[in-house]
Amino acid sequence: MGRINATELSWSVKGHRLLDNIEMAAQDGKVVGLLGPNGSGKSTLLRLLAGLRRPDTGAVEYDDTSLRDLSRRVLARRLAVVEQDVTAHNHVSVRQVVELGRTPFRGRFDALTERDQQIIDAALDRVGMTDRQRQSWHTLSGGEKQRAQLARALAQEPREILLDEPTNHLDIRYQLELLDLLGSLEVTCVVALHDLNLAARYCHHVVVLDRGQVVAAGTPETVLTTGLIKSVYGVEVLVDREPTTGILRITYLAATAPRTADATAVTG
Amino acid sequence: MTTKLHPPVGRADPIVSHKPAPSGLRRASAAAIVLLTVAGLLASIIAASLFGSANISPGDVVSTILRHIGLGEIAPNPPLPPLLDALIWESRFPRVLLSAVVGAALAVSGAVLQAITRNPLADPYLLGVSSGASTGAVAVLLLGVGGGVSLSTGAFVGGLVAFGLLLVLLGGGRVASPTRVVLTGVLVSQFFAAVTSLILMINGDANSTRGFTYWLLGTLAGARWEGVTVTAVIILIGLVAILFFAPSLDAFTFGWDSASALGINVAAVRIWLMVLTSLITAAAVASSGAIGFIGLLVPHAVRILTSPMHRSLLPLSAAVGAILLIWVDTFARTAFSPYELPVGVITALLGAPAFALVLKRLES
Repeated sequence: MGRINATELSWSVKGHRLLDNIEMAAQDGKVVGLLGPNGSGKSTLLRLLAGLRRPDTGAVEYDDTSLRDLSRRVLARRLAVVEQDVTAHNHVSVRQVVELGRTPFRGRFDALTERDQQIIDAALDRVGMTDRQRQSWHTLSGGEKQRAQLARALAQEPREILLDEPTNHLDIRYQLELLDLLGSLEVTCVVALHDLNLAARYCHHVVVLDRGQVVAAGTPETVLTTGLIKSVYGVEVLVDREPTTGILRITYLAATAPRTADATAVTG
Repeated sequence: MTTKLHPPVGRADPIVSHKPAPSGLRRASAAAIVLLTVAGLLASIIAASLFGSANISPGDVVSTILRHIGLGEIAPNPPLPPLLDALIWESRFPRVLLSAVVGAALAVSGAVLQAITRNPLADPYLLGVSSGASTGAVAVLLLGVGGGVSLSTGAFVGGLVAFGLLLVLLGGGRVASPTRVVLTGVLVSQFFAAVTSLILMINGDANSTRGFTYWLLGTLAGARWEGVTVTAVIILIGLVAILFFAPSLDAFTFGWDSASALGINVAAVRIWLMVLTSLITAAAVASSGAIGFIGLLVPHAVRILTSPMHRSLLPLSAAVGAILLIWVDTFARTAFSPYELPVGVITALLGAPAFALVLKRLES
């Protein structure tokens, strides 16, 4: 388990500021949800956290070690990334995909060790893909691809996992199981999510982004309020607790005025 | 506390679990494939040296080769007459060896380029290296550029210049999209093809134009020991160096960001591989002109028959590319004897329909 800490992160493309002075932290073993409408900067922030893009300003730290002081290979031994909608150009099998997770641990000409094989078997088992391991990646459904990628991430034996909308393409059962699984792992997770109810149910902590800025952060109970959701998503909601289970529940009522550049100013 | 994702009821059959083959067994079958391919390559080198005018036995070929590399005592057959000895040692054997190294270079270049551009249609010619090499050769011979350097050197420099231009257009070490790499390669190769045509049209007389056209089509007829040795050394060093990047190429399966996240220094790996592939491609083109389609077809065939993982794909592509070019060239020099076809014409004839098959496979 590891701690992720981001301070004063900013990132621009061609003079467009996509992330502005982001501060966020993920504590040991917690599931942190990244929320926000399309284009709010969730994926971009995940890329900066993963060190796939270099921030213009600010720093990312893993257990007090700056990302800049970690080589790609050393970082990949503790941090796994599950991207959104990846495509393969090869006809790789599911097992070969999961084998890729051992890349940061293998020497150039090393065969997979017995231990590697056990880790791969366990990862496949964890996501329920053991009986699909010989199948070609290209024949998988969207949800199966997602699960194969998660197995690959688990094969990295990570202390932290970054996931970009991993519940996309999954039917509701797998959405719940995936988030249950993330919660049960002794791994710090930062996960971009669209579904506010899933976030409320499974995240220990949520960070809400709007147009590249953090507009709220904290426990789902404190952050996911009627006012915030209205101002960020432009949606009228009812927030209450489901009477029998006590689970935080967000009911969508109506879209308010179409989101414009100054939607927050108008609706806030 | 552990949670698992379970297959939903009725969708999969969790009872049937396909246990992975024990790794020992997998390693054994991999070793068998490698042994088989190496044996096939050696047999091809000897067998291809038999074809042509004059009646020679495999024992003669083996004996002649052994005698020339100083192992005459273990040669099974008595020495051949000097004329036949020269035919094997000075003409056929170097040509077969050149076919082997050129075939290996083109196939491995193709495999590498397909992985780093993530484009299944990539081959050495995509980068425009062969176009640049042709321009270099024409410039040396017709314009006298470089003051008397050889055609091969000119081709080599031209290939590297084309590669440099490609890198500049792609913006140095920055990560460019696969589409952009491919289109830039097309641009570079078209540009150098146009320059070659221009030089030929303005400076070439009918004879030299015909000679060049033949070389541009791809031919191994010029194989002599001196050139073959240099080409073989460059290509073998390049191939061994490329083999070191096999794990990185596997990590490119899901793209550059994905490879980065698996601990690969993507920018450095790309630059190294582009330099190494352009080096071996330039060496191949300099010695034998532009032989197409080997780089496209061989890696695809090997992937389908064995595995897409590069620790095995690269060495097997090298061996299969070598075997393929040996036999295609043997056909090219003997089928219409005494006339000889440019081997590039035959690879193109074989390659075009196979290219269509690759396209079809992509769409399925």
